Amino acid sequence: MTPEAKKDFEDRIQTYVGREISARKRGLDDVNKVMVRQWCEVMGDNNPVYTDEEFAARSSKGGLIAPPTMLQVWGMEGYSMANEPKEDLQRELHKIFDAQGYSGVLGTNCDLEFKRDLRPGDQVYAREVIESISEQKATSRGLGYFIETRTVFTDQSGEEVGNMKFRVLKFVPDQATQDAAAGAGESEKVAAPTRIHSPRGHDNAWWWEAVDQGKVLIQRCKSCQTLRHPPRPMCGECQSMEWDSIESALQGTVFSFTQIHYPKVPGYQYPLVCAVISLNEGTRLVANVVGCDPEDVTIGMPVKGVVEQVDEATMLPQFYPAG
Amino acid sequence: MTISVTDKTAIVGVGNTEFSKNSGVSELSLAVEAIRIALDDAGLKPGDVDGLCTFTMDSSDEIEVARALGCNDLTFYSRVPYGGGAATGTLHQAVMAVATGMATTVVCYRALNGRSGHRFSGGVSGDIITADAMHWGWYTPYGLMTPASWVAMFTQRYMHLSGCTRDALFEVAWTTRNHAANNPAAFFHNRTFDRAEYDSQKKICDPLTLYDCCQESDGGSAVVITTAERARDLRQPGVLVKGVAQCAARDMEQMTSFYREEIAAIPEMDIAAGQAYAQCGLTPDDIDAAVIYDAFTPIVLWQLESWGFCKYGEAADFVLDGGLRLDGRLPTNTHGGQLSEAYVHGINGIVEAARLVRGTSVNQPKKSVQHALVTSGVGVPTGGALLGAMT
Repeated sequence: MTPEAKKDFEDRIQTYVGREISARKRGLDDVNKVMVRQWCEVMGDNNPVYTDEEFAARSSKGGLIAPPTMLQVWGMEGYSMANEPKEDLQRELHKIFDAQGYSGVLGTNCDLEFKRDLRPGDQVYAREVIESISEQKATSRGLGYFIETRTVFTDQSGEEVGNMKFRVLKFVPDQATQDAAAGAGESEKVAAPTRIHSPRGHDNAWWWEAVDQGKVLIQRCKSCQTLRHPPRPMCGECQSMEWDSIESALQGTVFSFTQIHYPKVPGYQYPLVCAVISLNEGTRLVANVVGCDPEDVTIGMPVKGVVEQVDEATMLPQFYPAG
Repeated sequence: MTISVTDKTAIVGVGNTEFSKNSGVSELSLAVEAIRIALDDAGLKPGDVDGLCTFTMDSSDEIEVARALGCNDLTFYSRVPYGGGAATGTLHQAVMAVATGMATTVVCYRALNGRSGHRFSGGVSGDIITADAMHWGWYTPYGLMTPASWVAMFTQRYMHLSGCTRDALFEVAWTTRNHAANNPAAFFHNRTFDRAEYDSQKKICDPLTLYDCCQESDGGSAVVITTAERARDLRQPGVLVKGVAQCAARDMEQMTSFYREEIAAIPEMDIAAGQAYAQCGLTPDDIDAAVIYDAFTPIVLWQLESWGFCKYGEAADFVLDGGLRLDGRLPTNTHGGQLSEAYVHGINGIVEAARLVRGTSVNQPKKSVQHALVTSGVGVPTGGALLGAMT
């Protein structure tokens, strides 16, 4: 988009701010015990103040209440919406974004505010407006705009019982996402992501080829017998460029470690612990520690390694706690 | 024969662009804007510049920068490798060039779209077979592929050996954020946090959580170095470079020095510190304030030890005594650091260190700042500089 076109686009979308998506309208069902019970079962919420009349009567609530976080439920459209999307102002706005390539949509967050408890028999009315549209943001999903809507819930007397701010990102999907979406309907199978491999060159290919065969080798200077890892072309002790290797028994201890939480990368299995292992041969090796709770990994912990297939395309040394 | 560089050169101009999460402009644009601001600050014109120095990682080519700015003939240009390790490394190059007469006025710059463009948190990977790619290849298959993950590995070991706890990491993050809260240019201006908020942030790589990590920012920073003599005629009080050093210590790797006898240590910074002090005869007691490279909270602790403000393993006590606060022993990262001002690879740190000596930091400590320390990023070949007031 040229700066002028972008300004036109942004001016146009900003005209939607403050406008009503739906006028104040009564929910399809008033607050009722049946829907509350079903919701509690599905959500696994066993608080008896929602379902047990005797308990609720004795509690500080003085009687049954609906779960506060059910608030949005009372204003929902019902299942028909999945088949026949409503042509409302929000959809109209989204189409303007789609036309400019901002075709991705992602619900990012939802803030609820509760003013009073709802009880069986209460009528709930909802009114939804477009509250704000951000400036353009660079997100991990791609360039986009955040759209915030606010729904105000009121009761039979017009008093507010709570409100909800809902934020979605309309974004330009990156090429990979677009390709995946385009190919979704076709039969072509998308390859599962695998771990990111090391490039292989003169100095390291032999080491990774041995791993492919199930072995971890340690480079050894032919002249002074010093072991070294990672491999490099010259011995730092005697400057000899002649070398061979020994096979590691893959026994050792954890020298340091970290559990990786963020970012989570496709092709990797989490929880994921990376560690510097002190091998009994005297060199160190970075690898994963598996086979135990990440919280149980400690510095000094004895480990035993094995070369395993970790995904369709990858063999790697993995270390287990040694008994 | 030893040629001393002490007091031969001075920082005479500093400049930052606006820091943001989406600059909307090219990195070249940020670079030349930062340099123009720094030259204006010094009262110099682009035509006065005859040397340029930046990071190997920087995308703005020297002669493109020179053409865009309207510089004159360049007689010195060089680049320093190893990411943030180059921060004071650029100063090191500039000082040597000016002190030896290779150039008279050198600008050190760094500009990056670190949030809207390439993000460091995205990690390293690639199909090109270079020594660098093969190096990362020892770690990427296991999922160890971000700066936070590499630093976490050293931190876990350091905490194990020293008894340092997250209390000390919190103090570093909290003090730095409080400084940023007063700095209108900082991303976290007016936004402080408490321990509960710190503890509730998402985990990145144990033991690091979100607020232990610096930001990803768009922005540019520049500093202008010329001779001490010339500095006296310029617009701002000159800030002398008393000592400047860098070091790649034995057996180190880039961010992954996991194979040395002890990994909970940064011997390259110990050596650079020793050299910088030796050049000018200053001691840790002479240093009144500091800008310590803070890509992550724990690396501040290790550098306090390297530069002799406390003994090995005692940095946690130093910071928990309030040592980094404005009224503490060593007011540190008074601009908010890279944790809370912006991540411009440490050049914004040199800008702040110069301001501290000029007496113009937004968080200027009450005591007189005669000498300030500024350091480069660690985990890589690194260094630091000691700056002093002109008398």
